[in-house]
Amino acid sequence: MARSHLQQVLASDRFAVTAELTPPRSASPEWIRRHIVHYRDVDAVNFTDNVSARVKMASLAACVLALREGLEPVLQITCRDKNRLAIQSEIIGASALGIRNVLCLTGDHQSRGDHPTARGVFDLDSIQLIRMVRRMRDRHVLDNGAVMKQPPNIFIGGVANPFAQPFEYRPLRLLKKVQAGVEFIQTQAVFHLSIFERFMEMVCDMGLDEQVSILAGVYAAKSARVLEYMRDSIAGMRIPEELIRRMGCAGDQEREGTGIAKETIAQLRAIKGVKGVHIMAVGWSEAVSILLEECNLDRRPEKAAIPVASQTPQ
Amino acid sequence: MDARAAVNGPLHQLVYGVERVVKGALFGCKMCGQCALSSTAFVCPMRCPKNMRNGPCGGSTDGMCEVDPSMPCVWCLAYQRSKKLGRIQKLLEIQPNLDWRLSQTSSWINYVTGRYRPGSGGNHGA
Repeated sequence: MARSHLQQVLASDRFAVTAELTPPRSASPEWIRRHIVHYRDVDAVNFTDNVSARVKMASLAACVLALREGLEPVLQITCRDKNRLAIQSEIIGASALGIRNVLCLTGDHQSRGDHPTARGVFDLDSIQLIRMVRRMRDRHVLDNGAVMKQPPNIFIGGVANPFAQPFEYRPLRLLKKVQAGVEFIQTQAVFHLSIFERFMEMVCDMGLDEQVSILAGVYAAKSARVLEYMRDSIAGMRIPEELIRRMGCAGDQEREGTGIAKETIAQLRAIKGVKGVHIMAVGWSEAVSILLEECNLDRRPEKAAIPVASQTPQ
Repeated sequence: MDARAAVNGPLHQLVYGVERVVKGALFGCKMCGQCALSSTAFVCPMRCPKNMRNGPCGGSTDGMCEVDPSMPCVWCLAYQRSKKLGRIQKLLEIQPNLDWRLSQTSSWINYVTGRYRPGSGGNHGA
């Protein structure tokens, strides 16, 4: 049975690159074709799950569309919209469809999204979710202890926000996720390098960098306005004012945006314990391919070996 | 035994009432019926709008809750108090998935009768 390509890249010690793509608020299956050219060279593409509590095409559906085009998807699952039954059946189904990576999150609260009158589920939290999924895969059991015939074949991810409070607790929370069974981590976008360096120092001191593959978040902003919007509307997001000013003063803001992201990637590559980067360029897919090319992270040989869904009979 | 049946007797009603009043006043207890106060330095995690049982989400800004910015993040409080009381180790225990059948029952009775054990989640191999 085919293994996760992302898992193989991380096991091979090659610097990994993942990127995030927000599914559309549209039922058009053609949508993926407009973006695919920019994601060809990344190791895996995350499809968000009703990101910021806003209704979009399901992550699972977007993952299947991506598989058909030969991309390796990462299914995102939040605890906001689904209880433990729905999550388990989704994991089983995703594996059957050939999806090999799952990212487990708690999710933004519904009151911050576009359906604030909705009831949130929050049956589990992200750590309980990670533990449940890991036990499904390794111990072949559902949450109730019932044994499954064929376990899901998935690489299990989680997230970390080194910039949210309480700062000193963040490495301990990562430790807890590792104990719960997480195998790779994608962090919130790094804008404060010194805070991130301190976080990674503590993580390495605890030996966690040996137990989990950490991909540092990189945000490519199209304009100063995008940064301002993120600062004001995304929970736990801190963006330095100098950075917003630097973007605002630039003649070509797009050029400046990829330039800043490129600098960040170079700085992150030098930090001990960073196994790759996770690129976020919301609404600006072109930035992903530009960054890969400029950072010499394109032309990744093993990418061609990724099986598509139709070639992985179960 | 059905957890609901357990709270119908007069003794259970009495214990439930006392627990509710005492822990409600002291800790803002939400009566989840599977108390985690001993591992959070006595800050009720069910006051978190996302029911986070295992630590803070990534959304708190300046120690305040992302959902209600007028409310301190309960996990920021729990961390500060754990640090002060030397109980950080307790914060690292994995709290198991909630048993929602126990909601609005007495965790004291549930503990004595073995319906839950705090911090019994264990790692994924456990």
